[in-house]
Amino acid sequence: MRLANAILQRLCNAILLIAAVIVFNFALIHLAPGDPAQVIAGEMGGANAKILAEIRHAYGLDKPFLEQLWIYVSHVLRGDLGQSYYFNAPVAQLVAQRALATVLLVFSGLIAAIIFGTLLGVFSARRPRGALSHGVTILSLVGYSAPVFWTGILLILLFAAAVPIFPVEGMMDPARTGGGWIGRAIDIAHHLVLPATSLGIVYLAQYSRLARASMLDVLGADYIRAARAKGLSENVVVYKHALRNAILPVVTVAGLDLGRVFAGAVLVETVFDWPGMGRLAYGSILRRDSPTLLGILLFSAVIVIIGNLLTDLAYRLIDPRIRTSA
Amino acid sequence: MTLLDAGSGWQATGPAGMPEPPGSDEIAAGSAAARPLREAWRMFAGNPLALVGLAILAGIVVMTIIGPYLYPVDPFDIVGAPLTPPGEGGLLFGSDYLGRDMLAGIIHGGRASLTVGGFAAIITMAIGISIGALAGFYGGWADRVLMRVTEFFQVLPPLLLAMVLVTLFSPTLTTITLSIGVVSWTNVARLTRAEFLKIRSLDYVLAGRAVGARDRRLIWRVILPNALPPLVVAAALSVGVAILFESGLSFLGLGDPNVMSWGMMIGQNKQVMLDAWWPTTIPGAAIFAAVLSISLIGDGLNDALNPRLRRR
Repeated sequence: MRLANAILQRLCNAILLIAAVIVFNFALIHLAPGDPAQVIAGEMGGANAKILAEIRHAYGLDKPFLEQLWIYVSHVLRGDLGQSYYFNAPVAQLVAQRALATVLLVFSGLIAAIIFGTLLGVFSARRPRGALSHGVTILSLVGYSAPVFWTGILLILLFAAAVPIFPVEGMMDPARTGGGWIGRAIDIAHHLVLPATSLGIVYLAQYSRLARASMLDVLGADYIRAARAKGLSENVVVYKHALRNAILPVVTVAGLDLGRVFAGAVLVETVFDWPGMGRLAYGSILRRDSPTLLGILLFSAVIVIIGNLLTDLAYRLIDPRIRTSA
Repeated sequence: MTLLDAGSGWQATGPAGMPEPPGSDEIAAGSAAARPLREAWRMFAGNPLALVGLAILAGIVVMTIIGPYLYPVDPFDIVGAPLTPPGEGGLLFGSDYLGRDMLAGIIHGGRASLTVGGFAAIITMAIGISIGALAGFYGGWADRVLMRVTEFFQVLPPLLLAMVLVTLFSPTLTTITLSIGVVSWTNVARLTRAEFLKIRSLDYVLAGRAVGARDRRLIWRVILPNALPPLVVAAALSVGVAILFESGLSFLGLGDPNVMSWGMMIGQNKQVMLDAWWPTTIPGAAIFAAVLSISLIGDGLNDALNPRLRRR
């Protein structure tokens, strides 16, 4: 019952946030200098004042701002994100085509970072002065400081050019035929390794350090001493008692990072020519294709909000104290 | 920072007097508070990694300031054959896909990166500290509203938002700096709020209240100086983040087209990355060195200013 209440409250909050995101983005794009009618006319190959006026009328750009906002919001509520100026296709369809590639990239990178980062942190915390521990400290500084697109280029030069074991770019081999869906999945996974690695390294660096610090804290706690004192094996103490608490900060931070990772994917997608939403967003910004851009911004905000809700749930699963007190 | 230090610092400034924005010399002003600072410097100087970071950063800063006078080559000028390897044709770092001098690009590019990074970090800290301080100090509805705003900005993907802002308001160093500042203050706000929540109910703040200090004074001169240690570290780190941000934007081609920057060099030479390694990897190494040096300094500051939190 309490859980249901907490989730309900979260959902209301999420809906308010999404509404705010829609209004903010719409206002931002409309307050900016520049005339969208010029952009549309440019796509059609130049225009005079009469055609511009017609375009404004056809797209509803001659209406007052609040009316335009109302039209946009009411369309979004019906699941209609509008029509791209450039592709002349529904924005929802464009976003849906690209979203999967980005979600795949972001989540494989982030989840790998959480798993390996936590493991590295735990191993190194067991021997705080060991070589691995120093390695984690250095890795965290290096991974944090390297620009993600540079890491990507280095990975390509090393593992796609010098030692060609991974493809340079793209998401699938266009020359590949047949093989069924298993073959295609393997092909995509093969293409995914380098982009996901370059995206994940940044977060792997941060999470390993975070996990190490919280593990060190937890291992000094009384309840761990108690667990040891009652004769539990070291592995049970570390992986059953301590890990649960040490992973909490990692989960929290990963949840908060989601927006950042999502946006950072643009850079990785650019390096690896990954056909994701970041590329679409980038193109739409340059083309001033505001309906597409608004759709992408809305979609990524929704993904971040869902991710935050999931983080919250994961938190409740890991930490029973929150489950009972919330 | 103990209760006693903070209390005497508060008395030294006196209950009257205009509240001013605190600077780093604020702490050094009172003689009682000078010792922790010296102690912090001693700890910082005893940290070899932090000193290495300081040395690298100093080297880069000096290079970008006097470099253009020592090596007066325009980074946009074509000086040789395209993709001249490093060391050939009198070009230390070789030339890029158009035949422009990579060394000149590195020297001039550092200016854009460091300037934008520094100023964007100042904006980030100013917004983050103001919002976090008000939310943490007043609590109640002010806290709820401000935290909603923070949550809102946390939901918007920062790089995408910065890309939109920069493009909509034409890419100049000023708009880039402002955009980076506007999208990256949320963590600082949360950190400041947490510190304020912790400190606002401590005895010396209550004492300040009891003698009739105004809210402005309590926020800026009593609580903030005591919340500074983690914020100083956050400030150092946000310079690094802002440099990465700027390089990402100019890598995408959304930087100021008239100013050479490290990210721009990588972005423009990306098309030849498989033909020549140097036009992309050398500017990347420059960004890496700059951000790494700042991270090392941030780490050293963290150990020196927050000794209780020091990593074992």
